[in-house]
Amino acid sequence: MNAPASRPIEIERLLRGQWTLHARAERDAGGVLLALWASDERDRGGGGVLRAAFLRADRLRVLELPVGEREAGFPSLAPMFPSAARMERAVQDLLGLRAEGGDARPWLRHAAWPDGASPLRRDFDPARSVAPQTEDYAFVRVEGEGVHEIPVGPVHAGIIEPGHFRFSVVGEKVLRLEQRLGYVHKGIEKRLEQLSAIEGRRLAARVSGDSAVAYSWAYCQALETLAGATITPRGAALRAIALERERIANHLGDLGALGNDAGFAFGLSQFMRLKEDLLRVNQRAFGARYLMDYVLPGGVGGELDAAAVETLLAQTRSLEAEVRALRAIYDDHAGVQDRFRSCGIVTPELARELGLIGLAARASGQARDLRADLPCSPYDRLGVQVAMRSEGDVAARVAVRFDETLESLRLCWELLQSLPSGAARVDLPQPTAGIAYGLVEGWRGPILVALETGPVGSVRRCHPHDPSWQNWPLLEHAVIGNIVPDFPLINKSFNLSYSGQDL
Amino acid sequence: MLSILKRIATTGIVSEPLPTLADLKAEADDLQARIFAVLGRALTIRQVDAGSCNGCELEIHALNNPYYNLEGAGIRFVASPRHADLLLVTGPVSKHMEIALQRTYDATPEPKRVVAVGDCGCDGGIFGASYASCGRVANVIPVDVTVPGCPPAPVEILRGILRAVTLPR
Repeated sequence: MNAPASRPIEIERLLRGQWTLHARAERDAGGVLLALWASDERDRGGGGVLRAAFLRADRLRVLELPVGEREAGFPSLAPMFPSAARMERAVQDLLGLRAEGGDARPWLRHAAWPDGASPLRRDFDPARSVAPQTEDYAFVRVEGEGVHEIPVGPVHAGIIEPGHFRFSVVGEKVLRLEQRLGYVHKGIEKRLEQLSAIEGRRLAARVSGDSAVAYSWAYCQALETLAGATITPRGAALRAIALERERIANHLGDLGALGNDAGFAFGLSQFMRLKEDLLRVNQRAFGARYLMDYVLPGGVGGELDAAAVETLLAQTRSLEAEVRALRAIYDDHAGVQDRFRSCGIVTPELARELGLIGLAARASGQARDLRADLPCSPYDRLGVQVAMRSEGDVAARVAVRFDETLESLRLCWELLQSLPSGAARVDLPQPTAGIAYGLVEGWRGPILVALETGPVGSVRRCHPHDPSWQNWPLLEHAVIGNIVPDFPLINKSFNLSYSGQDL
Repeated sequence: MLSILKRIATTGIVSEPLPTLADLKAEADDLQARIFAVLGRALTIRQVDAGSCNGCELEIHALNNPYYNLEGAGIRFVASPRHADLLLVTGPVSKHMEIALQRTYDATPEPKRVVAVGDCGCDGGIFGASYASCGRVANVIPVDVTVPGCPPAPVEILRGILRAVTLPR
């Protein structure tokens, strides 16, 4: 059964003095920071509540810190969890609560709304938004003989999302990269509060379009917990098939693009062909190339008939052979390997220290995968093999993608072979008011959706959290000492989401 | 090397013919002529993500795969708006991208066309207009053709591009 409520989630409300102590204890126990967000509670007689979710191998723990109406700040977790820094800056931008001693520069706010106007406060006046203007962001300046800056973006040269990268270089060598994100901040969290909890699923699926299944599943997990509903074994299996095919599609696309960025156009053509094949079968089997609206509250939309199952099985088999053949070609290609190896290294020590998560972490020696560590149905019966490398370079992130693609194909095969009968969807009772969590291993890494409902099935607060939050700062580290022309390759090997972190 | 050549040979040519524009009764064959008539050279496109969820970008990427083989039709994506005939814009346009989109449009030489891709680019989609979003692309720059869908299939995007090129000036 898919029973997120039975997955080990501990919630603890703390006093101000306990906040950093408990966080340090999490850190000492090997926990990683999964998300940090806040909500406005002034309508309930408080100030706000700050929440931090920590993931250990065997459970999720959420710490809550009430912040009084008179208090404008809270103790920063950045000293023990460096990845908290940007999340705390976002809390400041959206709720006006400041992390004491932290970086005071805005993160998600550029110039679209004034400092001090906090969009996620319930009394925020949207009419206060200001006319478009450029902002003057205080980048860290690197100085010295021969140092110059290369500004890139927000509009990038390829077909990719917008963001700004500021390189400080000497000759070809990168001394420092500083990212400025937030360009695609489009008010997702505020918009969620204007939707019913049922409708919220549609928006959750569009937080990051390449992870639609992962987000909508995580959202529905939280919603189903609040509604006290359990999805059917068939519904769970179909969700997992969709999630694994989403993972395969993204990995195929990345493997092609990585070949291309290493000057191997053959790889791009071949993998893009395979990805297109997969999307076309999606269209036939699920009625859509990208499964934006397949995972629904209570199960999935649409049935798989016997012919569709046969088609999916046949494709699973043929893809496996093709991927193995192309992997052999990549592995044997001296030019490609020369570009991949020792490029953009994140050592396991740095990954641990800075809190890298997901696919990129598994390429840097961190064998964490929710499908194996905290499996929900049907993963609890599949015995997912976690891919792991420890070199932490582009080659390792490529190898993890190959391993995971093959493992996902195996999972699809198993799921399709033993597809449970019965209904694919159950009726969902009205969710009760409360807060619940959904947790799904998307292709990039763990995706958390914290959903708080109000009366009559409304969304009081919802925070969808992308692993890109944690991993973007590691990209800054991975490029240090590399040459500028290797940046696209290193960047693609992470392939992080802008929309998912800009919200 | 032998394995690469073998794979290329066994894969063969998978490219499909361009979609026809039923509404314009244009044959795929004379597309090149139409592009020449309108622009005097091959069609170049600058794609701008002005705030999308990245879903539309995945399908725009697909246009370059061997099935759709966009470059084979003389249409290619370029790295600068100054080299572009057409802007392919996805949205909603976030407030933080409003200036960048406007500047990209201004930097594109005349004659230029704009195609708004995806439900959000067409009408704001589920994100709508808000404190952080300007809504549809047409709220920020003039739009010639809209391609709805979430995300629209590559063939639909291609039809939108062809429609924009063949619009009367």
